Amino acid sequence: MPKAEKIIVFCSSILLILFFIGMIYAVRELNILLPTCITSVEPFKTGKVIKHTEDKYEIQYVARMWNFDPAVVEVPVGATIDFYVTSLDVIHGFHILGTNVNLMAVPGTVNYIQKKFLKAGEYSILCHEYCGMGHQMMSAKIMVK
Amino acid sequence: MMEKMKIEKSFRRLILIELLFPILLLVLGIYHGFIQVLYRAGVIQSTSFLGLDYYQGLTLHGVVNAIVFTTFFAVAFGHALILFYLKKTPHLLFSWISGGLMVLGTLLASYAILSGKASVLYTFYPPLKAHPLFYIGATLLVIGSWIAFFAWIPLYRSWRKENANQKTPLAIVGIFSTFLVWLMATLPLAYEVLVMLIPWSLGFVPTVNVMLARTLFWFFGHPLVYFWLLPAYIMFYVMLPKVSGGKLYSDFAGRFVFMCFIILSAPVGLHHQFTDPAIRSSWKWFHTVLTFGIAIPSFMTFFTLCASLEYAAKSRGGTGLLRWWTKLPYFNKDNHEQWLFPYFISGLILFSFGGITGLINASYTMNSVIHNTSWVPGHFHTTVGGPVFLSFIAMSLFMVARLLGKEIQFPKLNMWVPYLWMVGVLTFSIGMSVAGIYGVPRRTNLGISYMTSQPDIFRGLGMLWSNMSVLGGGLMSLSMVFFFFVFITTLCSKKKMEGHLYFPTSETYYDENISFVQNFKPWIIIAIVLIVIAYGLPLYDVIQATFYGSAGFTPQSPLPTP
Ligand code: HEM
Ligand SMILES: [Cu+2]
Ligand SMILES: [Cu+2]
Repeated sequence: MPKAEKIIVFCSSILLILFFIGMIYAVRELNILLPTCITSVEPFKTGKVIKHTEDKYEIQYVARMWNFDPAVVEVPVGATIDFYVTSLDVIHGFHILGTNVNLMAVPGTVNYIQKKFLKAGEYSILCHEYCGMGHQMMSAKIMVK
Repeated sequence: MMEKMKIEKSFRRLILIELLFPILLLVLGIYHGFIQVLYRAGVIQSTSFLGLDYYQGLTLHGVVNAIVFTTFFAVAFGHALILFYLKKTPHLLFSWISGGLMVLGTLLASYAILSGKASVLYTFYPPLKAHPLFYIGATLLVIGSWIAFFAWIPLYRSWRKENANQKTPLAIVGIFSTFLVWLMATLPLAYEVLVMLIPWSLGFVPTVNVMLARTLFWFFGHPLVYFWLLPAYIMFYVMLPKVSGGKLYSDFAGRFVFMCFIILSAPVGLHHQFTDPAIRSSWKWFHTVLTFGIAIPSFMTFFTLCASLEYAAKSRGGTGLLRWWTKLPYFNKDNHEQWLFPYFISGLILFSFGGITGLINASYTMNSVIHNTSWVPGHFHTTVGGPVFLSFIAMSLFMVARLLGKEIQFPKLNMWVPYLWMVGVLTFSIGMSVAGIYGVPRRTNLGISYMTSQPDIFRGLGMLWSNMSVLGGGLMSLSMVFFFFVFITTLCSKKKMEGHLYFPTSETYYDENISFVQNFKPWIIIAIVLIVIAYGLPLYDVIQATFYGSAGFTPQSPLPTP
């Protein structure tokens, strides 16, 4: 191998290691987590908002052609919210705009993520996976007060 | 060895059909690309336009541009490389059967799409259910490509025996890597389609495991993108240095990079499923690590190609640390082989954007910002729509002209095609990407979203950026109009020489004989081991965490199909 080639392999490895450190930092310090495998919750058929305490909520979202249930939810600023998402028919998407909450809703399974809203406002949820003819109209809202 | 070569009539005809047929379909695929940007900017506010529904057209766009065109090209290019570099002719009958199955499969799938019974997009995620002919057509296309590949293997073996003391030509290493990746990709796809989807779409089994099908799809989906990319890499390593007037900087780099793709193409597919349920996040992390591993051969390629270009520029009188960049044949209007340079360089410039946005997509944590937003098509039009597409259309034109003994017509116009495309794609991609960061979704008929009381996203800044993609899409389409014009006038021009096969082939600057990159076997074994590790347990997860199978749905109705 020519010397320059060795140098470039070395430098690009270092660069990638730096990227990795960035990712590990995001996971550990910024607490950005990805959904994982859940078997403890069975897929549900209707949407639900459960208030465990003043600042702990659980919301079960059902996605179906072509709406979300519940369609509008109100939660307080700063509450910890457990989002559970499933689908009754085809695959849907679940993206709370302006946040990192970005999930797939897959029939037969339950997806999960935790989120705290630190800013009050009206958040839109969009279905971002093609789910049939009405896909472009499929959305919901979360009011954070 | 690098002389023009005559090939047998029947085989020539086969290669020509495999090049011309997908180019013809491409007219439709490109057409709907342009229509899509119009919908997405709210210029067309309707569910369909000129008889094609948005999602039907989008299915066509994805299937024709990304699956049909690329697969046909890879097979035709592979045939030609084997003929030219090994001086051996693949089994004639098998090769015709392969081509016939591919054409038949494409026609069946096109029928299903055009009749409106398969608007399921090119990823065909169940439980959206398409007409059985859609799946059967796709299967025939893939099987056809397998047969072509299997017919090359004995030729490679016997060449190796006859030339025991020679290195395999780099182009041959490249095309075999391409098809090994394709084989690894299409086996899980075959399971998904043959075992799960076809019986289900025919009504023999009532339900399908959606997560399993989806995971198998992406087990196919990532190596698929390297199946697109590797033929372009062959051209960049073997032909680009020659047409820029230089030499390939390092032969080892080429071989090593191809081997890396064999081992790392498949065990990375979960990076498309970061936001999915039913897969442990630790497996997602593992696939992230391997995905970043594959960036190393890409960086090496970037370096090797720049070094080769520097050599070319300096032997043309270029000087300085960076000034030599101005000495490359950017505006070469010849019609022999140097006209390939503008196509290749434009593709590479686009790819530098594609590589960086790709690293962002693959970053475990950043992915949730852009997953399934219009950022994603913004990204991959600079990869599959960049180096892959440009090098494939250039090489199609090159091969067709050579095989028919024609000269490229309108070389000046031809020279501007890739630059216009590059500027178009950049404009398009910036628009799509920024809109994506605002949250504008992909795969969505935004023309309709406009008219409803939908989230502000469809009226605010996000849309402004989407409108920018109209400008880009317009330039891309114009560039394609010019390309088709050059293509057709070349086809119809007078024959100027005897039809032949020829590829520009670079000499090598550093030509070493490093033994661990001379054989496929060890790399294939590593690949299999990695795949078993990377997919064994995630597939187990998926099966464990799926509570019930799904009946099928058509896009038209929220009720399951009977
Ligand atoms: C005039 C040229 C083109 C234009 C204007 C264009 C435009 C678009 C647009 C706007 C989308 C996103 C649609 C949506 O998500 O709702 C899209 C998707 C796509 N394009 Fe293109 N495109 C062009 C050429 C190409 C080429 C040459 C290729 C590949 C070789 C390609 C491959 C794809 C693929 C694979 C998708 C994804 C389809 C899906 O999400 O199911 N496009 N294109
Ligand atoms: Cu949906
Ligand atoms: Cu991928």
